[in-house]
Amino acid sequence: MGIKIALAGNPNCGKTTLFNDLTGSAQYVGNWPGVTVEKKEGRLKGDRDVVIQDLPGIYSLSPYTLEEVVSRNYLVEEKPDVILNIVDGTNIERNLYLTTQLLEIGLPVVMAVNMMDLVKKNGDKIDMKKLANELGVKIVEISALKGQGTQDAVKACLDAAKTGKTTELPHVFNGSVEHAIAHIEESIEDKVDPENLRWYAIKIFERDEKALENVELSDELKEHLEGHIVDCEKEMDDDAESIITNQRYNYIQDLVSGAVKKKAKKGDMTISDKIDQIVTNRWLALPIFALIMWAVYYISVTTIGDWLTGWTNDVLFGDWITNGVTGWLESINCADWITSLIVDGIIGGVGTVLGFVPQMVLLFLLLSILEDSGYMARVAFIMDRVFRRFGLSGKSFIPMLIGTGCGVPAIMAARTIENEKDRRMTIILSTFLPCGAKTEIIAMITLCFFPGSKFIAPGMYFLGIAIVILGGIALKKARYFAGDPAPFVMELPAYHIPSVKGVLIHTWERAKAFMIKAGTIIFAMCVVLWLLMHFNFRLEYLGEDLESSMLRYIGEVFAWIFVPLGFGTWKGAVASISAEIAKEQATATLGMLAHAASDGETDVANAIRGMFGSGLVGMSFLLFNIFDAPCLVAIATAFREQGSRKWGWITLAFQMGVGYCLALCVYQLGMLFTQGVFGFWTLVAIVICIAVLYFVFRKTPDYGRLSDEPQGANA
Amino acid sequence: MKTLRDVPVGETSTVVKIHGEGATKRRIMDMGLTKGTEIYVRKVAPLGDPVEITVRGYELSIRKADADILEMS
Repeated sequence: MGIKIALAGNPNCGKTTLFNDLTGSAQYVGNWPGVTVEKKEGRLKGDRDVVIQDLPGIYSLSPYTLEEVVSRNYLVEEKPDVILNIVDGTNIERNLYLTTQLLEIGLPVVMAVNMMDLVKKNGDKIDMKKLANELGVKIVEISALKGQGTQDAVKACLDAAKTGKTTELPHVFNGSVEHAIAHIEESIEDKVDPENLRWYAIKIFERDEKALENVELSDELKEHLEGHIVDCEKEMDDDAESIITNQRYNYIQDLVSGAVKKKAKKGDMTISDKIDQIVTNRWLALPIFALIMWAVYYISVTTIGDWLTGWTNDVLFGDWITNGVTGWLESINCADWITSLIVDGIIGGVGTVLGFVPQMVLLFLLLSILEDSGYMARVAFIMDRVFRRFGLSGKSFIPMLIGTGCGVPAIMAARTIENEKDRRMTIILSTFLPCGAKTEIIAMITLCFFPGSKFIAPGMYFLGIAIVILGGIALKKARYFAGDPAPFVMELPAYHIPSVKGVLIHTWERAKAFMIKAGTIIFAMCVVLWLLMHFNFRLEYLGEDLESSMLRYIGEVFAWIFVPLGFGTWKGAVASISAEIAKEQATATLGMLAHAASDGETDVANAIRGMFGSGLVGMSFLLFNIFDAPCLVAIATAFREQGSRKWGWITLAFQMGVGYCLALCVYQLGMLFTQGVFGFWTLVAIVICIAVLYFVFRKTPDYGRLSDEPQGANA
Repeated sequence: MKTLRDVPVGETSTVVKIHGEGATKRRIMDMGLTKGTEIYVRKVAPLGDPVEITVRGYELSIRKADADILEMS
């Protein structure tokens, strides 16, 4: 029978390192159903029957955040066989707060005190025996990073799971509180599972709404219990929730003062504090941050990354694979059209995208190192003030930053944001800063229409920032997003040297997501696109002639959408559609459609210039494809991370709307100012501008009482 | 009422009482800021907000506005 071990602990306690150590690569990462919370499950290395469920890092089991609610539901309803509570030995007081709550659920609990190597290095002493006695749990000392003690922890868990015994709970609460809890237990005895009796009783005492949804209480019973609770509140001169929290920490403080002896004196600075003296220093923080990000991009994009991508594109795909495959196909007398499908369609299309992978992997690697070391928390700390202005927090900065490399990991990075509304908004906004693929379009358009200009590229980034800010402000005023900003109360974990394994797994997770999606979606679309491009409706192969292809006629159907934007031809439509598949495709497709004399840059540039006509059209095309929805892979990622189809579509619609309106306004107003053209669409452009100003600058409507609560949960 | 923003950098102070209610109060208390807890104000972020404090042996960053519910000694 498969034993289920649930891993529970604070963020930054080393839970993920332990999870990786125990499961190796046998992990499954997805989302808890319907919500934007990551679900991680794995099998124990060495005994595939044992399932290890990694719960989100949580500080408590309150009903106020999605992570906590998802974790509670899992523990109370799915009843794993044992809870392995990971406690950071260098930060024991706050970690034990969660422990007292886990014990009340009524499942067997084993505690693993992690980072023991650091505890010893600091010279601190923890009396494990005393803690184990007081709390009533088995305690194992481990260092997940070094792989020490982890097998002992597993053994302790399996033993605990087999006996299924829970020991006597520690005396956390005082007399009058225990009295009230006892009353509640009596009243709900028949309404909940016996193991969870104490858990529910305490939750009811706290007036925990989510827990109350699960227990059927008649109105008179509710009143009766309320009476007990109020009595207690009067006696302690505090509200029920605070009484419980206070007493937990009081208990822990006493326990820790007896069992933990820290070597460092209170005022001493730790190594992390010393590093932060420089890194979050008033004057140095921002320059240091700029320097670090510059270094990350310099390495991953400008130097090594560029070299690797160049090699992949020119040598691997351009030379070896293309020539090799072409040669082989010719040698087996393969039909022309199949050769074209494979070489031009598949290798050409998918190859360009995969060519980006080395750059992406390098970027993910460097960002992983920054995250795992603890630096990213400092970034959120530094940038918070900026984001607060439009209702987000410094935590939203990181996804946007990652978005300048690639939108896929950027959207995934939004997971660290606890507040669901903030998370959703961040997912919507983080792809507006041009990603690596979009810079290709910028480079091409600049070359075609504004050669030598140094302003277009940075201009696009600043425009992206402006859209994020204005978009954020406007969204914040909508009913769903309105309300008080979520509190910003964030731990700054101690710096530590990231584990090689952890960083590699982290990096691989992201690279894999990108490559699989790219491999499947882009592959399929390339084939479809190639078919439409090289065949007419009578399914005759057309060779190089595109004018009678199916694509042309389909393009004509969509061309009218782009008329107000200035590139309402089938070629413009087709190029934009192919850009949705992968942004890098836009330039390749344009070159092909423009009948460039060769693949050379200047020839392609000249051809495109001829096709579009004016710099204004070129700019409009650029703006539409940079600021609309990201590529299909990123769109698919957004759907998954939003955890709901409705929000996936809202995200898509918003982004498409922004790109379309921006291009429309620029083109129409541009035509007005340069050529004095004034027509219906010029009016539309003006209306759009006014509407945008309205949405950004209006006062937030009075929506009445707004719900703070996370959606979709009970226990 | 003296709140966290009134405690200068480098000073130690104790939480006298926590006002308010709901998710923000719970979050602040969950992180260890309870009645009688001693904290040390380590620094302010470069742009003026949030504040970094040492509480129960670890570093916590909190916005001044969110910390306004803490009455400090």
